[in-house]
Amino acid sequence: MTTETTASEATPARPALTRKDFVSDQEVRWCPGCGDYSILAQAQKVMPDFGVPREKIVFISGIGCSGRFPYYMNTYGFHGIHGRAPAIATGLKAVRPDLMVWVVTGDGDALSIGGNHILHSMRRNVDIKVVMHNNRIYGLTKGQASPTSEFGKRTKSSPFGTIDRPIQPLTVALAAEATFVARSVDTHTEHLQATLERAGRHRGSAFVEVLQNCNIFNDGAFREFTDREVRDDRMLVLEHGKPMIFGRERNKGIRLRGLHPEVVTLGEDGVTEADLLVHDERAEDPYLALMLSRMWWPDYPVPVGVFRAIERPTHDALLQAQIDEAIARSGEGDLAALFAAGDTWTVGE
Amino acid sequence: MTDLKGRPVPAHELERVTIRFAGDSGDGMQLAGMQFTRTTAVYGNDLSTYPDFPAEIRAPAGSLPGVSGFQISFAASDIYTPGDEPDVLVAMNPAALKTNLPDLPPGAAIIVNSDAFTPQNLAKAAYTSNPLTDGSLKAYRVFEVPISTLNARAVEGLGLTAKQVDLTKNFFALGLMFWLYDRSLEPTLQWIDRKFGHRPEIAEANKRALRAGYNFGETAELFHTRYHVPPARLAPGRYRNITGNEATALGFLTAAKLARRDLFYASYPITPASDILHELSTYKRFGVRTFQAEDEIAAMSAAIGAAYGGALGLTGTSGPGMALKSEALNLAVMTELPVVVIDVQRAGPSTGMPTKTEQSDLLFALFGRNAESPLPVVAPATPAECFDYAIEAVRIALKYMTPVVYLSDAFLATGAEPWRIPDLADLPTIGRPNHTDPATFAPYARDPETLARPWAVPGTPGLEHRIGGLEKADVTGNVSYDPENHHRMTLLRAEKVARIANDIPDLQVYGPAEGDLLIVGWGSTFGAIRTAVDRLQAAGQRVAHAHLRHLNPFPRNTGEVLRSYRRILVPEVNLGQLRLLLRAHFLVDAEGFNLVRGKPFKIAEIEARAQELLGQARPSRR
Repeated sequence: MTTETTASEATPARPALTRKDFVSDQEVRWCPGCGDYSILAQAQKVMPDFGVPREKIVFISGIGCSGRFPYYMNTYGFHGIHGRAPAIATGLKAVRPDLMVWVVTGDGDALSIGGNHILHSMRRNVDIKVVMHNNRIYGLTKGQASPTSEFGKRTKSSPFGTIDRPIQPLTVALAAEATFVARSVDTHTEHLQATLERAGRHRGSAFVEVLQNCNIFNDGAFREFTDREVRDDRMLVLEHGKPMIFGRERNKGIRLRGLHPEVVTLGEDGVTEADLLVHDERAEDPYLALMLSRMWWPDYPVPVGVFRAIERPTHDALLQAQIDEAIARSGEGDLAALFAAGDTWTVGE
Repeated sequence: MTDLKGRPVPAHELERVTIRFAGDSGDGMQLAGMQFTRTTAVYGNDLSTYPDFPAEIRAPAGSLPGVSGFQISFAASDIYTPGDEPDVLVAMNPAALKTNLPDLPPGAAIIVNSDAFTPQNLAKAAYTSNPLTDGSLKAYRVFEVPISTLNARAVEGLGLTAKQVDLTKNFFALGLMFWLYDRSLEPTLQWIDRKFGHRPEIAEANKRALRAGYNFGETAELFHTRYHVPPARLAPGRYRNITGNEATALGFLTAAKLARRDLFYASYPITPASDILHELSTYKRFGVRTFQAEDEIAAMSAAIGAAYGGALGLTGTSGPGMALKSEALNLAVMTELPVVVIDVQRAGPSTGMPTKTEQSDLLFALFGRNAESPLPVVAPATPAECFDYAIEAVRIALKYMTPVVYLSDAFLATGAEPWRIPDLADLPTIGRPNHTDPATFAPYARDPETLARPWAVPGTPGLEHRIGGLEKADVTGNVSYDPENHHRMTLLRAEKVARIANDIPDLQVYGPAEGDLLIVGWGSTFGAIRTAVDRLQAAGQRVAHAHLRHLNPFPRNTGEVLRSYRRILVPEVNLGQLRLLLRAHFLVDAEGFNLVRGKPFKIAEIEARAQELLGQARPSRR
């Protein structure tokens, strides 16, 4: 088994699909300027690359602005209820391993009301690709604090500032044993495309956090480090097997000091590339990925890219294997025999 | 059969006997009861069982809350209930005696483990004096048997610990009851070999205990008589014993096979529904996919996901879990997907009494969701009938593309009775094909007769579409906030469920087509009502019984049936939920009989209440 294949039983006879084939006839109704437009566009662009026919692709969502996503994809789509998309997807994937299933969710949907389902779908390695739009706010309900809102943030529901500490979505995904964990940014379109492409090709639970701007209720949430002028200095693009270098001059890096990451400058104090951490997305243990998931501006550059990509058997494969083994061992079930199992007796005419 | 001195022990032939094993929850009373049941079933009696156990796995030994009981009634004729009052009580300790004594009629036999009546155990059961010596049991026939001592002697020399020895005494008691009721030891001996074959000393100890109990009955001269209940004259066929939960699991498996769909069962552990998950999870060879979900909501949602994918989506729970499933169940109402929810009702509200029975989720099943949310509800009446109504629930779900609630209860779930094994060829054809033709496809186009929408499963080329919890435009299924459309869709959803009335059997009446009293029931009250009605009819009363298995919609003739009797009595283990529905739907003066004790009605209670009404119904006779 390799991770780099998907349910790509494409029918060769049909013409290759293009981005347009994935655009539905429904009018897109997000606020003008919303980061969701870019996420939708990148998803529509990468879909043809998988070679999976449209009818074999399903988008499932919960509630929130992200919940509308399936209506705009010309595939099968299911707009579920708040937080439950991973559970719906688990049931679907359990009976239909042949489908490519995407879950589109938000920070409130995935981490608040649906926290339990995210946790358990990840630990089961259900073969779903979760795209979590993180705008650090409740948008559809018009501006309340979310589980990723900064501590002390003033919102409609927290006029004196939130007193709840935020959680890092990727730390949660890693703690839940997700086998693919990545982060990208709505406006970094090429990087986002590449990240979605990797997620789509992963077999197992993929969790992608997309930093997404809500220009109405939380405008500029990530601007300090995602804007074009500063992003090279304030973000760290992870690449497997490469030393962790960032900065416009490519002269900064991440070094391990004790149990903590440390930002260092190459050439200063004798620091060389050899001193830097080398990214390993395939590490079986989660320590490096967990450490990276805790790094955040302004203490550290914000890492983007693939934090973790490992191979483990999927939930549907394990489920099927138990059935196959039972049948191989004792043959297919016979209802009449099952009815009469155990003690029976006959009453005559 | 002779006693030690060669004198024959007389065997009295009886029509029906009810016995109850009672002891500490760690005493193995459920096991003793189940073994007695197996043997009795194979022997060919009709039977009905009622296990009654505490929610605590092991309450403090000897305490009143820790008492576990198992009642079985067996007969030479058709019976419908586990019996009102035990003829024989086996009480393994003072607490078991104390909690069960109120259920015994005068003259009943009590077999006590006299070894357990120590000052310490008497104190735990809050006895101030020893009931075995203080004369308080005068109204009963008490047989004191030093079960612990006799049993310890029987298993001596096997190198067991004192604890292990003590654990075998239930088999001594069982052996004694086998002797008293003239049953073979063979089925239990074989079971012991199967169960403990890998631990020969334990198997041997249990066998010795069983035989010692049997031999004690034969030799002790304690019992001057033994009893014989001949096999029942049931309808011809092959039978097995089955509990409601087993029949439910088998029924849904069978329904999936009949409909040629994969069965997907998602569930979160909850008493008393967990056994359905346990059972279905062993059906791997049948391709059954089970999923122990992270919570009740996930179980409901996953069942919906499976139904969306073209499988038979099933979930099961009890009352508290139903509450959690409400929102997702409404998603199935809105998306019109075929899922079935099993609710094995238990005493509530809140956590209530998890192992005790109740019928109090009826209104919740019908109305316990936000907004106008119609869905069909079915309820089997007996453990064996759970099989048939599982198939019926699936038939309706698939034919009408709707979620269905299947109401069982703790009494049905854990109670057992003989089940006539059906011939597969006699079972109904159910199911529907997937929609595949893009030319005729619209997500919410409806079948003109059933109003069902098409089942268009992912993977079907050309049918790519989106569904969800938002209101749908009629036919196209696109999101719609149009006021007239919402009104139309609300009516369509209601009408679809209402039309199922055209597709279910009429309500059958047992007894005269009109008369003084109709007793109407649903669910597990069937046996007590039917037997009470038999007795009333035998006494010359114009009384009939009608039992509803379809609770939404009701059979078309329900109103007509109700109006054919002067009075209507609705016994329910709730405060009158079906009565409320009957009064609301049919404007009839139905009267309730409502006992909410966590246990089933007794036959005599219903009979007495009916007599009371019949007395009132004929003032002219005074």
